[in-house]
Formats: sequence, structure tokens, C-alpha cells
Amino acid sequence: MMKQQPERLLTLLEECKTLAFDLNFTYAKEWKSKSKYRLLVGYLPIYVPREIMHAANALGVGIMGAGDRKQIIKGDAYYQSYICHLPRGVIEMALDNNLDNFDGFLFPSICDCVRNLSGMFKLVKRGKFQRYFDYPQNFEKHIGGTFYRELLETIIKDMFQINDMKITAKHLNDSIALYNINRRLIEKIYDIRKEFPWRLSAVDVYHIIRAGMVINVEKHNEMLEEIVGLLNEDYGEPMDNIRVVISGSFCEQPPIGLIRSIEMAGCYIIDDDFMLGSRWIQGDIDDASQDPLNAIVDAFLTQSAPSSAVYDYGNPKSARLIKKVKDRNADGVIFCAASFCDPALLDQPDLQKACDAAGVAHINFQFHENTGQFKVIKEQTGTFSDSIKLWV
Amino acid sequence: MSNPKEAIKEKSMVIQKDMLANLFTELSNAKANGKKVVYTFVPGNLVELILALDMLPVYPEINALQSGMRKKSGSYIKDAEKLGFSEDVCTYVKCDIGMMLNGNLGPTGEKLPDPDLLLLSYTGCFTFLKWFENLERLYPGVEIAMLHTPYQEDGQITDDQINYMVKQLQEEVIPKMEKVAGKKMDYDRLSKMLENSARQEELWVKVLETAKNRPSPIDSYFAGVYYMGPLNTGFRGTDAAVEYYEELLKEVTERMNLGLSPVTPEGEMKEEKFRLVVEGPPNWTNFREFWKIFYDLGAVIVASTYTKVGGVYDTGFRHEPGKPLESLARYCMGVYTNLNLPQRVDLIEHYIKEYKADGFLINSIKSCNSFSAGQLLMMREIEQRCEVPVGFIESDLVDPRYFSYANIKNRLESYFQMLEQRKQILAREEANA
Repeated sequence: MMKQQPERLLTLLEECKTLAFDLNFTYAKEWKSKSKYRLLVGYLPIYVPREIMHAANALGVGIMGAGDRKQIIKGDAYYQSYICHLPRGVIEMALDNNLDNFDGFLFPSICDCVRNLSGMFKLVKRGKFQRYFDYPQNFEKHIGGTFYRELLETIIKDMFQINDMKITAKHLNDSIALYNINRRLIEKIYDIRKEFPWRLSAVDVYHIIRAGMVINVEKHNEMLEEIVGLLNEDYGEPMDNIRVVISGSFCEQPPIGLIRSIEMAGCYIIDDDFMLGSRWIQGDIDDASQDPLNAIVDAFLTQSAPSSAVYDYGNPKSARLIKKVKDRNADGVIFCAASFCDPALLDQPDLQKACDAAGVAHINFQFHENTGQFKVIKEQTGTFSDSIKLWV
Repeated sequence: MSNPKEAIKEKSMVIQKDMLANLFTELSNAKANGKKVVYTFVPGNLVELILALDMLPVYPEINALQSGMRKKSGSYIKDAEKLGFSEDVCTYVKCDIGMMLNGNLGPTGEKLPDPDLLLLSYTGCFTFLKWFENLERLYPGVEIAMLHTPYQEDGQITDDQINYMVKQLQEEVIPKMEKVAGKKMDYDRLSKMLENSARQEELWVKVLETAKNRPSPIDSYFAGVYYMGPLNTGFRGTDAAVEYYEELLKEVTERMNLGLSPVTPEGEMKEEKFRLVVEGPPNWTNFREFWKIFYDLGAVIVASTYTKVGGVYDTGFRHEPGKPLESLARYCMGVYTNLNLPQRVDLIEHYIKEYKADGFLINSIKSCNSFSAGQLLMMREIEQRCEVPVGFIESDLVDPRYFSYANIKNRLESYFQMLEQRKQILAREEANA
């Protein structure tokens, strides 16, 4: 008889699922309530270095949109129909007090919608600080690196002005070490799924990583350690599925139903960019530096994941996508971008061209975070899967 | 919809037309004459650097808008979509790519030269970055220089931001430009050009400020996009542009002294009924019809934000010959789309009050998130702060599929009726006071 998923794993997965979609951020607010020196700093996709927040006694909380879990009423009155869905869900949450008790907000440089949302938060006066996190597009250490460091120092100062917490090198090194563990464990899960994708569904992986964006890293690491341990047990059986990489869902998140539909249609999602921010830095950051802020800057300049948010001159995303497909032994790529997402959609033709050149099969479709109908996507994906199984 | 007749042009428009024709002739002969060609963008453009190195600028957005006005953009966009570009993304990008796929013919019908350098002045628009990544792939091996302009996220320009930009200019952008140009930057020449730039900016602001007069002698949006041309299309810093703005100011001042209303494509406007401030770019595919709706109903745009997309000069910024790189950095960071939303609202509020506008109108552009995202909140803020009627219409830059004449006309007529009614109420209140 086939061995089932361990009970303990099921319990942990249920916990992650609840945390991942708690749009009231209950855990984070309770965490903050335990000390008046604790802060909550919300951040939007894609990447912010949470290490600096952790070192400043702040919890970086990922705000990934309202998805299909909240009816959008006010948000639609703030955005035209041709603007993506993510910001309307975020402003709805802000106006509905879901983000009360947050001390500040960071809006990483991903597109003009998120950029302008930073100004909207200023106008509607949410949080004590609201910063557009304008990371450099120049990757020379003494130019872009210096600018990035100054940006990080500004955010550290923002937090200091609220809780008087001075960050020391030890604080920051300790935080870096914790996030190194976090990144390693997340990659470990992806590595296990590369070999045994039937042991954990892509939806489960999604919940596990998204949960880590709303809880403290110490707790997430504990959960991850336990999950990795349980994943090493031999259970389940492989299905006749193809192996795919998902590309283009790094900001507005696809609904869980869509991810599930892809898998049900016969595709193991072996890699993705759903919560790219948690996997942005590839490899460890030096956690024994005399100048740990410098280590974080260096990591951004030299260890960033390929992203539509970064100018790719000299290091094209297309080549890096093909490398990922090969490394993960994937059969194809599903380009799955949010509607009206300029960064993802403007990258797509070149990425598709690279796939064609490398003989990698691909399909594409667009979604909204609150898309409710998956029949067409399931059929499209199913046909894609069948065509690879039959002909490749 | 009426069939527009041949447009009536002011003298300054004729001068500008000649300037542009000369530029395009120079461009078509560039390769034969050994001139290097730089593709770059309007917001945060570094044209003085390009011209000081004897290179020629090409602006993909200008090409796209001209394709829109020449009714070619629709097919260009469809060609780009056939390559895999989504219907959802910026139509300037798709139009530009479609134009290249169709031989890269400029407005004179001659082929535009391929770029020797892509100068990505990444200012106020994230899509620029994606646009140039795509251009780089269309011109494999082309030299690239990237200037990242930090956003004024906190409503101010900091020393850190200036240092970042100056270092990029000194150590990466200018050396790359010198390499392509095959010569060193002549800083004396650059300073002289910046002196000209400052003079043009001074004159341009004076032109814009004539709209404070009642009636306004200019339309700051529909005609404004022509008036701003030389500053934004490759002539800033040149003697020719100084002459143009001197002539323009003279012409506009004369009109103001005579109490005349703006010149439209169908002649002088008869009566100024409504004074508006407009936010957002115009539609280019149906520009004349769009403008006609306004002047037929007596609406004059006394100030617009779009005419600040190539530089905000009416709040005091001028290029400084003594601090060339620092002032270029400040210029880039100061363009309208690089201002944060609270700054944009403040600027619009200032325009409404200073230019005594009757209303505020947003033309929200599907393609341009840099402008459009947040406009509905901006509209509410303005309504609360200024207590003027606000209007909201939607169109696109160059995609004819997104210009609905009947819908826009209908909305504007309703809006103007609201303005009329408010005028009557205010007049009654004043009479009773």
C-alpha cells in the first residue's frame, strides 16, 4: 500500500495555509503587541532585504495583494480597468484597516503602478513612513552599491526614529545568518521537489513560502526544518506528469485555484517565481562581516535572481531562464503573467524566443489575482502536458 | 465627426516644422556623413551631451506619436502583437517595434538610421527600461549607456541621489558616449549649450505664463505639445531653439496684448468659455478631432502636466552652465513623471489656483501607468482642495482601438454643462453677495 503524507506534515501545511492568506496579518500584529519596541514594516513584491528590519526589531511583512480572498469595492474606485489587480487589493486593505498597526511600508521598484502606490499611501496617510524602494540599476559597487547602501541607511533611520533601536554589526550578522538558513531551507524544498515532486504539491510549497512572509524568520525556519525533515521520508507515488517552470508571476499572485489547475492538468511545477523576493539572493550572504550592511549590498549587486525588475544588460534573463529549465530538468515553461503587468509581459517575447531556440516547449496565459474560472487554463495546460508526453 | 481641413499654423509652428525637417534630413544622411546616432527618451533627456559630441538624437516616443498622428500606429502595434507582445502593454513600445519591423521609416518617409548608441535615460517611467531591453535585442551588439534616475519618492532631491547620478554620468555615460562619438567631451561647449538651455527655459516659462491672462492667448495642452517641441526633440541648448522661443514669445505676447484667444487648427478661437487644467498625455491617433471637441465648446487648457514631461521649468529649475552634470542630474530628477503623487497633486493645485481654472480634467491613458496609476485619487484630492468640477476621460497614446470619439465627446459635453451650471451658480451668488 502506498505510504501517505505524514500526519505532522499535514498539520504544518494547514498552519502555513492559514498564515499565508490571513489578510488581517493576525500573527504579525500579535508578535508586535508583545513589545512596544517592535515594528511592522509592510513590503510589496518583489524584494526587500528583510535582514535590516529583523536587526531593527521589526517584522517585514509581505503584502502580496488581496487575491481572491477579499471583495474589492473601494479599490476599483481607485484604479482604472486597465491597471493590474494587485494595487487595488492593497489599497482596499489599507482603507479597510487590514494594515492598521503597521509602522511603515516599502514599495520596491518593480513598475510604475507600485511606484505610484507609494504616493497613494502618502496621500491616504497610512504608516509612519512610506518609501519607494528604488534599488539601483547600476551594478558598480562604488556607484550603484553606494546608492543602495544609502537607501538602506535611510530605511534603518526611518525605523530608528520610531523605536530607537540602534542596529549593531552583531545584530545584522545574526539576522543575515537567520535569513541564510531560511533561503537554504526554501531551496532545499525546491531541490527535493525536483527529485520527488509528488511528495508535496506546488500549492503546498506556495503556502509554506508565503507563510514565511508574515511571520518571524525564527518561527519560519523551525517550520521549514521540520517540513524538510518530513519531506525526506519516502511516500507517495510519481504520476505521469510533465515538469514545468512557471515564469512571470513574481508580483501579482495567481489564485491558488490556478496553481492547482496547472498541477491537476498534468504538470509538476518544479520551479516558479511566485514569491521571488524570498529567493532573490542566491546563495548565502556573508554573516561574519565587520560591515554587514556592505555584505547585503554586495549580495544585491552580485547574487540577485534574474528579474523583470532589473535591467539585464550583460546578463540576460532569457539565458538564465533556460539554465533554470535545464538545471531543474524541466520539460517546458508556462508563462503565466498577470494581465496588464508591463514588466512580465514585455519580457515575454524574448523569453519565448529563447525557449524556441533552446527547444524548450512553452505556453502562455494571463490571469488576475481574483480570476475565478480555470477551465480554459486547465484545458490549455492539459493539452500542453499531453503534447509533451506524446511528442517530445 | 467632421473631416478636418488643412490646419492653420502660427509662424512659430512653421519655424519648428523646418527645424524638424532639417533634423530628419540630417538623420537620413547620418551614415553617409559619418554622424553617430543616439536613441534616447524625452523625459530626462541628455540632448546637450549628445549635441556637444556632434551626435544626432532619435526619440522612440516621438517616432511613436508621429506614427499615431500619421495613422500608421494601428498596423505597427498589430505587427508587434504578432511577435508576442501582449495587447495589455505600452503601445508606444509596440508602435516603435512595429515601425522598426516595417523598415523604420521616419515622418519624412525616409529610413531612420540604426542607433550607434542606446542611451537609456531611465527617468520617470519603468517601461523605458523594458523598452530598451527590447531595442537592444533588435540591434544586437549596439553600444548601451544606462542612466538610472532616482525617483523623487520623498518629494525632494537629495545629495545622495545627485551624487549617484553625477557618478553615473562621469564614469559610465559620458565615457560611453565619447567612445561612440570618437571624441572627448568639450565642457566649454557643453556649458554654452546649457546657457542656451536656461535661456530657452526662461522663454518657455514666459510663454506658459501668458495663459494666466484672460483670455489666454495659448492653449497649453494641444498647442503646448507643439510649443514644447524644440525643448524635447533634439534642439534644447541650440541657438536655433533660442530663436524659436524668442519668436514664439513675441507672437504669443502680441496675441495677449490684442486680447486674442488661442489659434486652433481652424483659426482663432472665438470665445474663451472655460479654463481648464489637464493632467495626462493627449491621444495622438485622433489629435485634431480630440482638440476640436474642446475648442468647439470654448474650452481652453490654461495649464497641463503633460507639457512638463520633458522638464518642469515653471517651478524654478534652470540648467546651470557652471554645474553641468549636477544640473543635468537635477533636471532629470525634476521631470513631471519623476515627481511623487503628492508633488503632482500640489503642482496641479498650484496651476488651478494660479491660472484661475474653472475645472480640472484627466485624460487617463491606457498605455501609461506612470501617469495613470493613482490618477483617480489625485482627482479626489484636487476636488477637495480646489472645489472645482473634475472630469475624467480615457483614451490611449497611439492605439486607435482605444479612442472612442462618441464616448469622449459625450462625456466632455456633460462635463462642460456642469462647468456652465457652476458658473451660473457662482455668478448668482456673487450678484446676491
